[in-house]
Amino acid sequence: MIENLNWPATLVFVFFFAVVTVMGFLASRWKSGPLDVLHEWGLGGRRFGAWITWFLLGGDLYTAYTVIAVPALIYAIGAYGFFAVPYTILIYPLLFVAFPRLWAVAHRHEYITAGDFILGRYGDKWLALAVCATGIVATMPYIALQLVGMERVIQALGFHGEGIFSHLPLTIAFVILALYTYSSGLRAPAMIAFVKDTMIYIFVIAAVVYIPTQLGGYGAIFDAAGAALDKKVAASGGKVAAGLILKPAQIMPFITLAIGSAMALFLYPHSMTGILAASNGNAIRRNAIALPAYSLVLGLIALMGYMAHAAGIQVSNPQDAVPQLFLKMFPSWFAGFTFAAIAIGALVPAAVMSIGAANTFTRNFWKSFIDPNLTPAKEAGLAKLVSLIVKLGALLILLVMPTQFAIDLQLLGGVWMIQIFPALIFGLYTRWFTGPALLVGWAVGTILGTWLSWGAMNWTPASNFFGWLSFSSYNGLTSVIVNMIVAAILSPVLRGSTADQTTEADYQDRRVPA
Amino acid sequence: MKYVLLLVPCVLSLCTPFYNIIEPRLGGFPFFYWSLLLLVPVSALFILAAYKGEAR
Repeated sequence: MIENLNWPATLVFVFFFAVVTVMGFLASRWKSGPLDVLHEWGLGGRRFGAWITWFLLGGDLYTAYTVIAVPALIYAIGAYGFFAVPYTILIYPLLFVAFPRLWAVAHRHEYITAGDFILGRYGDKWLALAVCATGIVATMPYIALQLVGMERVIQALGFHGEGIFSHLPLTIAFVILALYTYSSGLRAPAMIAFVKDTMIYIFVIAAVVYIPTQLGGYGAIFDAAGAALDKKVAASGGKVAAGLILKPAQIMPFITLAIGSAMALFLYPHSMTGILAASNGNAIRRNAIALPAYSLVLGLIALMGYMAHAAGIQVSNPQDAVPQLFLKMFPSWFAGFTFAAIAIGALVPAAVMSIGAANTFTRNFWKSFIDPNLTPAKEAGLAKLVSLIVKLGALLILLVMPTQFAIDLQLLGGVWMIQIFPALIFGLYTRWFTGPALLVGWAVGTILGTWLSWGAMNWTPASNFFGWLSFSSYNGLTSVIVNMIVAAILSPVLRGSTADQTTEADYQDRRVPA
Repeated sequence: MKYVLLLVPCVLSLCTPFYNIIEPRLGGFPFFYWSLLLLVPVSALFILAAYKGEAR
């Protein structure tokens, strides 16, 4: 089990892991408030200024899975994996324009989830339930994938177990995470995010400066990667589309995937939690300016997939490319440091995701449908418990199902998540759409998106919409457009509730001078 | 109307056929990669401009 362990790397890894564990438990005393109220436990009392929000959102959105999966995609097929860069260029203008409005209305009415806003805006608890269910279902496989990222680096340390022991280190790490999230709430990942992001910046700067000096510079890296990808295409008889730039047939999937992923990102419960925990709307605006720093880092991390080619790394699972690159290029202790950064990078989003899912379950399902008279203390207690259950569920997904299943589910999760875009984002500007019409649109979009993704052999992210399009388009984007059309046609017909808790003034946050 | 500024980097990032080329290279990076990476800080500047414009 541990005879092949790389001891220097493992010791460094365990050291940093221990540090953040202690921080996670101590975090309950940071900016302290009564943790038996849901907005204190689940939103850190909305006390996070621009700086903390920057670390928290950065740590939350650029996950361990991203650090492993994006370079893996670049390693496997080249330019297509770089869709992550236009995608992250698109998200921040959206964050800047729309989300200070959501923050303002949420602050005024004490909403802590997207579902709370939907219920207040449309007076339709079924639409709120649809939003809640979409968020939870899309989040579970995402948490499971954080574990996949963590497991890849644990294996790279040289740990190999048989049977139930194969997932032992991961299970231990996760139980620790579950315990301090239970006791400290959102304060734990917010505090750990400082450590995680600092470590990621250190290893990325080290990697993009040092590795090219060993491999003959960036020109040589791109040339070697281009040659390796061309060889792969030739070996497949031209069936695999890969290369340093996009093949013509990849251009539309690349564009639509970037747009669709950008529309979906801030709808996830964990993004919502990070945004609503800000102390004012200006903290969000300033983050929209500063968060692109992470996009740049992501772009550089993506290029590590090419560095792996240039370093002659041959792996059957592309997700091993980056860990193997570090083991080959860096001394053991520094490899251990980078692996710790990636593993800790899994803890922050996993904690925020489970908190986001727990908040929405408690508010938009339990309180709406089971027990409307929930006291604040019981509400917080229930959310803590649900955060534990959500994490155990994610662990189970990983333990009993093949990893590919979690990857497929996460891909589908994006297609589902984008379906709440019309209700939430349009709802910030207009009450013209009605609850029942949005609900039908949501159902049509969800079913259509799932149907389009259902392939004979595996799930496919893009399709030509039953042959109606002359190109392939990301299923999330295609289906949400149909969703919008359905909601627009039905809104004048299906009137539903006219209740609306909010007024236009509620959406204006009072500007705090910068 | 000041938000129209924000559309500039978005539209540029989606003009994929125009940047889907290798040459001219910069520091060894093919155009596809360096143009997209350069667009990231440029997009932040556009958001900064919108922020300053809004504050006035």
